Amino acid sequence: MDYPLPQVTPLTEPFWGALRRGRIAFQACACGHRWLPAREACPRCLGTDHRWEDGSGRAQVVSWVVYHTAHHDAFKDRVPYNVAIVELAEGPRLITNVRAPHDTLRVGMPVVLAVEEEAGFALARFAPAAA
Amino acid sequence: MRGKAVIAGIGHTAFGKQPGRDTVALNVEACRRALEDARVPKDAVDAVFVKTPTSQRELMYGQKLAEALGVQPRMGCALDQGGAANITGIMLAVMAIEAGQCEVALCCYADNPRSGSRQVYARPRGDDAAYGWFSTAAGYAMIHQAYAQRYKPPPEAFGAVAVACRANGAANPHAQLRKPITMDDYLAAPWVVEPLRRDDCCLVSDGAAAVVVMSAKRARELGVPAPVPILGFGQGQSSWEITLRPDLTTTEAKRAAATAFAMAGVGPKDVKVAQIYDCFTVTVLMTLEDYGFCPPGGAADFVRDGRIAIGGDLPVNTSGGLLSETGMPGLQLVLEGVRQIRGTAVSQVKGADVALVTNQGGTMHTHATLILGG
Ligand SMILES: [Zn+2]
Repeated sequence: MDYPLPQVTPLTEPFWGALRRGRIAFQACACGHRWLPAREACPRCLGTDHRWEDGSGRAQVVSWVVYHTAHHDAFKDRVPYNVAIVELAEGPRLITNVRAPHDTLRVGMPVVLAVEEEAGFALARFAPAAA
Repeated sequence: MRGKAVIAGIGHTAFGKQPGRDTVALNVEACRRALEDARVPKDAVDAVFVKTPTSQRELMYGQKLAEALGVQPRMGCALDQGGAANITGIMLAVMAIEAGQCEVALCCYADNPRSGSRQVYARPRGDDAAYGWFSTAAGYAMIHQAYAQRYKPPPEAFGAVAVACRANGAANPHAQLRKPITMDDYLAAPWVVEPLRRDDCCLVSDGAAAVVVMSAKRARELGVPAPVPILGFGQGQSSWEITLRPDLTTTEAKRAAATAFAMAGVGPKDVKVAQIYDCFTVTVLMTLEDYGFCPPGGAADFVRDGRIAIGGDLPVNTSGGLLSETGMPGLQLVLEGVRQIRGTAVSQVKGADVALVTNQGGTMHTHATLILGG
């Protein structure tokens, strides 16, 4: 069964490359704005004077859902599974899975990056931060 | 521009399954019925605004439809905004008419995801499919969760919307789903994608609807029997995908409503009946708050004890909405708003002189408002 892996492009390669090093990265502009997903131009100032920066890996949960049916064969044996929005301590947000029992998830719950591989590809999952 | 343009006629196909019919054919049937309702000859039409179907992407869809209608428009286009595109088409028609660019516009929409492809509703969401992020419903589940966590409404608040819409659909002979539910049914139904239960989610439907738009003056000249004045309209667009949206518990309905209420010279207290876009029940709760019918977080109280049912303080989705009449997103709500002002609705609200219709597109990306009046 084919796992639905991301389509890596020259634009997004630094993001996935950082995960292979165990870090979460985002784009940071000279104007001070930081964002994900990868873009050619800064969505605040439209400039291109930006670079990739590694984040701390710390984040908090914004919202989440729990799938009880799978829309792809790769997830058939994984239901129920959660998908969450998390906000990095540095500001950018992303879609992820939080490795925690669903009934413990809360808005604002602190989580940390927990890189996991799927079919040899490093993904940005998160786990509850140690208290 | 308040009241200067009217909806002169409305038409729709049967709702439900329409196997073997393409969306152009469905649109043509709805347009023919709308012109018959307006008692306007096809030759008077000089504009076509059509929402693109979700079941299949087609290039130059507006041109294809105009060809099948045998119309060479002076003005018009195909609109890609999800459900909001229906009211947007009507707004653009009104503004084009006011600007002297056209006189008689057809605004229409057809779709056939039920017998055709419903792939768009289950689609992978880009690279995030690697995390299992699929489907339209899951985006609304994210919003439902954020709303529920912030305001702690009981599940019965969402259930009240489903129960009211399903009761209205059961009374509507044209509705696709004529099976009312109880609150116990709502609570016992399985998760689709948690926290969405089965009956939080709209239908998947084939069908088409159309309206004829023209100036009030032209309607008088043509002898249109039951024109319904357009009092106001407005729109708002959040560009943010929900991952990036700073606040998941409010919508663009706020900006759209402010524009439309100001244009119409009315406020929430003047609205006697509302057709609120109900792709998912949370959409109705958040929309009621954003229009000022109740404060933020107050929708749970507002919808309690049958207040949005027929006979309540603000009857909502009186023909069943997306949850019960047809999942075909958006234009059926405009048709029901017109019937309420005409006084010809199956579940007629007495004294309905101001009707609100709301459309929404994407995952609460675009909101469009239409206010109709007697
Ligand atoms: Zn910048």
